Amino acid sequence: MAHGPQPGFKRWLYTTNHKDIGSMYLWFSFAMFLLGGCMALVIRAELFEPGLQIVQPEFFNQMTTMHGLIMVFGAVMPAFVGLANWMIPMMIGAPDMALPRMNNWSFWILPFAFAMLFSTLFMDGGAPNFGWTFYAPLSTEFAPPSTTFFIFSIHIMGASSIMGSINIIATILNMRAPGMTLMKMPLFVWTWLITAYLLIAVMPVLAGVVTMMLMDIHFGTSFFNAAGGGDPVLFQHVFWFFGHPEVYIMILPAFGIVSAIIPTFARKPLFGYSSMVYATASIAFLSFIVWAHHMFTVGMPIAGELFFMYATMLIAVPTGVKVFNWVTTMFRGSMSFETPMLFAVAFVILFTIGGFSGLMLAIAPADFQYHDTYFVVAHFHYVLVPGAIFSITAGVYYWLPKWTGNMYNETMGKVHFWLAFIGLNVTFFPMHFVGLAGMPRRIPDYALQFADFNQIASMGAFLFGAAQIVFLFNVVRTVMGGKTASDEVWDNPEGLEWTVPSPAPYHTFSTPPAVR
Amino acid sequence: MLRGFNRLFALLTTSVLAHSALAEEQGAERWGVNMTQGVTEVAQTTYSLHMLIFWICVAIGVVVFGVMFYSMWRHRKSKGYRAAQFHESTAVELVWTIVPTIILILMAIPATKTLYDIYDTEEADLDIMITGYQWKWKYDYLGSDVSFFSNLSTPRTQISNQQPKSEHYLLEVDEPLVVPVNQKIRFLITANDVIHAWWVPDLAVKKDAIPGFINESWTRIDEPGIYRGQCAELCGKDHGFMPIVVKAVPEAEYAAWLGERAATAAKMRELTGKTFTFDELLAQGEKVYNRTCAACHQPNGQGVPGVFPAIAGSKVATGPLDGHLSMVIRGSQKNPAMQAFGEQLSEVDLAAVITYQRNAFGNDMGDTVQPIDILNFKNKQ
Amino acid sequence: MRWNANARLTAKLLALAASMLVFAIFVMPPLYDAFCEITGLNGKTGGKYEAVPAAVDTSRLVTVQFVASNNENMPWGFKPSVVSVKVHPGEAMDTVFLASNPTDRDMVGQAIPSLVPFKAAEYFHKTECFCFNQQILKAGESAELPLRFIVDPDLPRSVNTITLSYTLFDVTERFAQKTDNKNTDSEREG
Repeated sequence: MAHGPQPGFKRWLYTTNHKDIGSMYLWFSFAMFLLGGCMALVIRAELFEPGLQIVQPEFFNQMTTMHGLIMVFGAVMPAFVGLANWMIPMMIGAPDMALPRMNNWSFWILPFAFAMLFSTLFMDGGAPNFGWTFYAPLSTEFAPPSTTFFIFSIHIMGASSIMGSINIIATILNMRAPGMTLMKMPLFVWTWLITAYLLIAVMPVLAGVVTMMLMDIHFGTSFFNAAGGGDPVLFQHVFWFFGHPEVYIMILPAFGIVSAIIPTFARKPLFGYSSMVYATASIAFLSFIVWAHHMFTVGMPIAGELFFMYATMLIAVPTGVKVFNWVTTMFRGSMSFETPMLFAVAFVILFTIGGFSGLMLAIAPADFQYHDTYFVVAHFHYVLVPGAIFSITAGVYYWLPKWTGNMYNETMGKVHFWLAFIGLNVTFFPMHFVGLAGMPRRIPDYALQFADFNQIASMGAFLFGAAQIVFLFNVVRTVMGGKTASDEVWDNPEGLEWTVPSPAPYHTFSTPPAVR
Repeated sequence: MLRGFNRLFALLTTSVLAHSALAEEQGAERWGVNMTQGVTEVAQTTYSLHMLIFWICVAIGVVVFGVMFYSMWRHRKSKGYRAAQFHESTAVELVWTIVPTIILILMAIPATKTLYDIYDTEEADLDIMITGYQWKWKYDYLGSDVSFFSNLSTPRTQISNQQPKSEHYLLEVDEPLVVPVNQKIRFLITANDVIHAWWVPDLAVKKDAIPGFINESWTRIDEPGIYRGQCAELCGKDHGFMPIVVKAVPEAEYAAWLGERAATAAKMRELTGKTFTFDELLAQGEKVYNRTCAACHQPNGQGVPGVFPAIAGSKVATGPLDGHLSMVIRGSQKNPAMQAFGEQLSEVDLAAVITYQRNAFGNDMGDTVQPIDILNFKNKQ
Repeated sequence: MRWNANARLTAKLLALAASMLVFAIFVMPPLYDAFCEITGLNGKTGGKYEAVPAAVDTSRLVTVQFVASNNENMPWGFKPSVVSVKVHPGEAMDTVFLASNPTDRDMVGQAIPSLVPFKAAEYFHKTECFCFNQQILKAGESAELPLRFIVDPDLPRSVNTITLSYTLFDVTERFAQKTDNKNTDSEREG
């Protein structure tokens, strides 16, 4: 029954093994991360000085659009799915994912979706240029012809995410080892279970909104066109009904990863496990009733404005509970700061800063000044880069010895961390300043008073980019060889994944393990 | 010795003063890190609200990060600190759920008050309709005949770095919005094509301009001055190049300005009857072209392949005159990016720019279009 | 046993995803429209109003302002005949907008109303409006487009000014497509 992988390329094409598929997801997302990162560097290079130097405005807009789409749908989401594939079966004592063939399918349609999206750059009229939020009518009546391909690629990505989520839910609900009750599951499994439900609820809404765009463009309907009785603002409501849960989709699994790492390196159990679960669930619930805080300036009746302001502020409570829990886990622990812990601690600090600016943005009258400025750009990069990217990086360093059987190079890991940490803050912190001082987002050129901080931000961006090369090098070296890792890898870590040998065999838990 | 020191000191102070005066003259406040306090009551309230929340966040941050850094410093394995094993405390968890909730309620009270203020658009002294276009603003003073477009006036050569950048680079327009101080001005905001957003930080007014729908907002400016802003919603290629300039003047000056504008409009109508020479039209046409057409069709008339057609050798610009007039005055039937300029430009400017396009970039039609031809075309059955 | 459980769960989750798609495309737009009409979101006013006799509130006057604008490349002349009127709540008022088609082809226009302040939208009733129908103007033709409205006596006292805006869209092509479709349909039937 236990047979190994097929040789050669077929192994990857036909595989139904959760570890193979997890690895492919992770490598794919890293490739997309580098691609989206290069686009960010084009943006930052153009913004290094006032004036147009490197690219023209139309191409600049294509870069901001593609950077956003690729980072959200190509880098962050597949990386979390990759970690879920690798870790969830091993964390709950399952032999594999519940629906292995669908697992293969949900990965392999992704490269086609992104190849199609990327190819729009070479089409007549260029790639989509209306921002990753693609507000109508800029994305319908005024869009380049390549928009149709953009819509199809979104459909494929949506299908992939929905299949991936169904698989994860089925695995968690049906494949747990005997004795692994829901309230015994590691938080990473919990956060992913909730995320998967969010995905199934909102990815179809995204598919719906792009379908409506498609109909408006090609079939003469007018969902978003006032002339035919539609309304461009309807687009924003439907989009953000998807979009707000989407930002939690990109952060909830990160909470899970950090909740695994901090206890290990504090050598102390996670504080408030059950309140962590409830907090995650309430954040997920609240995410459905706050969407219009992205649209405070769109012109809403005051009652609507107040409702969305209060609901948004409320999110600070469960999010605060999480941060307090992590800090209390660290408090009176016996801490050591290996690379995964460094990234996890940076996550807590920087994500909290992003949370503070989020709270400021929630205040509707103040948001009238912040909205669509670099303050917003600073805010969501502070929650996404240290939030999603740092936690994924922390997770990779944390579990890499388990995956490969080799220890990564600790010095290089620390160099990576400090370069990334400094680069990130130098890039995004000044954006708060230029935003408050009045610089709108998505502009290829700016007034002279914004020049100094933009120059600093651009330099930070290149430093942050360089740090990722260290990461790539470190991971490749660890895959090729290096110091052998023990089965436990760390100091008495918690979780079933540490009970299997390092590297984890091709098939694990063919017979279910005993849970406590 | 002492005298020498004094002289040095005097030299230093004057040079510092001169330097700061220079910086002030340059206008642009560099290294700005915070929101403007603005020049209206609403802007000031917004600013204090912003600072209040900021300091609350700082205070929370100091406590949370303080505890965290303390334990990172003290509770380390390398120092031999042994881990405690507690992992639950209902009392503590209750406290840090309830206390933040109370803080949030305290924050919500002033925010709600300010919001009610901002929404009170009643009893305005003056109504101005603002329409966003790709990529300019149109201002209509309701109840008077005064209506004009406001375009970016920074020359293309500055943007492409062939010329040094001026003081208000990208924040200057050919025609600012002139308003009186100490009067409640109501803005009715809409758009012609895609969604824009009208934003002037000093007034703390930011409102989306949505095609087909109107939004309203208001301001009452306390002190005369020039206040600059930008479009705040991605609206296509030149989103970064459609600034807003508001010139607030004393009431008497405003009345004089409005009268003058009405007179200019009348004079423009008169000019429409005049016949211009070919060279006059070319010279004026070049100016209009660079201001209005060059953003898409490019200063060299070559356009952008696949996006914006070239003027040089184009079928329209070297074809029958009626087709060219129709294209410029009514816009393209196929491509929404080519707007109808009939109402945006004066008859004189339309005549000049069409003459220019037919006789520049290697086009050599040799014909002249007079303002009266434009008027006739517009009125033609 | 386990396979059955997975299949059942997958079917349920797929059904959930499908229903969310249906929700987004077929439920959210009408729900949004209904919501707009109730709250006056985006200044949307209701459809044709059947006048019910109500007492005219002569104790106050409300100013109703009219503004008109053209969307994109709409070449018609379009403006209100008067810029504003004062009206007692409950009293029916008539006015006209002036439209002219200066081009040499027949065109179809559609006016879209929008009203501020939003909270007044549900108290502004149109018993007759050119915006209920598409307007056809032949080449060079001019027309007076009628509007008859009543401001509801229940209008909140805090509202003294109502601004009614019409944006005129060129729907000639849309109109032509629809007529074409109808023609081909009837041909098929015939």
